[in-house]
Amino acid sequence: MLTKRIIPCLDIKDGRTVKGVNFENIRDAGDPIELGALYAEQGADELVFLDITATNERRKTLSELVTRIAKHVNIPFTVGGGISSVEDVNVLLQSGADKISVNTSAFKRPELVDELAREFGSQCVVLAIDTRFEDGDWYVYLNGGRVKTEIKAYDWAKEAVQRGAGEILLTSMNNDGTKKGFALDITGKLSQNLNVPVIASGGAGTMDHFMDVFETAQADAALAASIFHYKEIEIQALKTYLYQRGINIRF
Amino acid sequence: MKTVIIKYNAGNIRSVLFALDRLGVEGVVTDDPEAIKAADKVIFPGVGEASSAMRYLRERKLDQLITGLKQPVLGICLGMQLMCKHSEENDTNCLGIFDVEVKRFQSPVDNLLKIPQIGWNNVTGLYSTMFEHVPENSYMYFVHSYYAALSPYTVATANYVINYSAALQKDNFYAVQFHPEKSAGEGQKILENFLKL
Repeated sequence: MLTKRIIPCLDIKDGRTVKGVNFENIRDAGDPIELGALYAEQGADELVFLDITATNERRKTLSELVTRIAKHVNIPFTVGGGISSVEDVNVLLQSGADKISVNTSAFKRPELVDELAREFGSQCVVLAIDTRFEDGDWYVYLNGGRVKTEIKAYDWAKEAVQRGAGEILLTSMNNDGTKKGFALDITGKLSQNLNVPVIASGGAGTMDHFMDVFETAQADAALAASIFHYKEIEIQALKTYLYQRGINIRF
Repeated sequence: MKTVIIKYNAGNIRSVLFALDRLGVEGVVTDDPEAIKAADKVIFPGVGEASSAMRYLRERKLDQLITGLKQPVLGICLGMQLMCKHSEENDTNCLGIFDVEVKRFQSPVDNLLKIPQIGWNNVTGLYSTMFEHVPENSYMYFVHSYYAALSPYTVATANYVINYSAALQKDNFYAVQFHPEKSAGEGQKILENFLKL
């Protein structure tokens, strides 16, 4: 049976992981390669690297980093952050990324999703959506959550899937950072109505939150950052917990 | 030992090259017929679409070359599907090494099936030297919308709504639907076993 995926997310700036990471058993916790390889060894099913560097040198540094990751990490990984063209994606896939994620650029020019799916296949096109619940519904936010739109998250996700997005990475801004659990309603709505996998993000604080998002919301994967980085939850322990409670987990 | 990766218009070649590198093996990516024929091991990778891949292979006469190879050949993902007889993906006649039909996953009426299947799935009924020391029910990383049906050549089975071929083998031809280069330690073991054949 296909298993639910646990995905640690690493924020990258100028080739280094940014969120304070606390591991004594690796030499350099700021090194994305070392941290990624450690997570892979601990049983992470995939990795997401989100580049938050905003300089002109970005692309070159990033593609070099991607190549180093691909050399050392033996599980699939997605690269996102500032990707806005077919050429950007081509460079990253050629460098060894398995998938790329697009967010604001795809919202502003939805044809980008069609172009990427046609050129590289839907399986490597992840659409990331940042969403916030207000005035009775979930709306799409852009530019790392700074810019509000009038479009509902479900509508945009549905359109993007029709255009060829192969997966949806859904981050609830209401839940992100709260450690009070994932946004089950909107995650469930997407996961149960769209025929592509949905990765839930934002709000993980306990192992039961993962149970909820897999069982209640039927998410296909769950992504988290700080709880893994700060070792509040260890991947092995989390997977054991889920497995013992009947969730399909690679174990 | 010379390990060649067949170069054609399909992706994931770099990942395979890196996986070989982790095993201390330097792979050569080439579409040169002489280099392919002279290799000890041939890997036929692939992420992409069947009809355009077959067109590319035929234009370069790589189709006849591949079917005539005598050394161990490993097809991966689309590579495996192209080694079958026919694919439903754009009604494509393939290489015909395995007399097997490649079909598209179908959503049952009462259940929304996500296509492509993306993620880790367990493999059972492992019956090939490439699975030596790989435990039953090991998890492998799959990304695919089409599958090879069960057949006499099936040497590993996976289930996604239905049972299908996770691996095929016939004579010197080996093939896996999943990505061993992305399947952590067990995937690495399969590549290692293949290189030792």
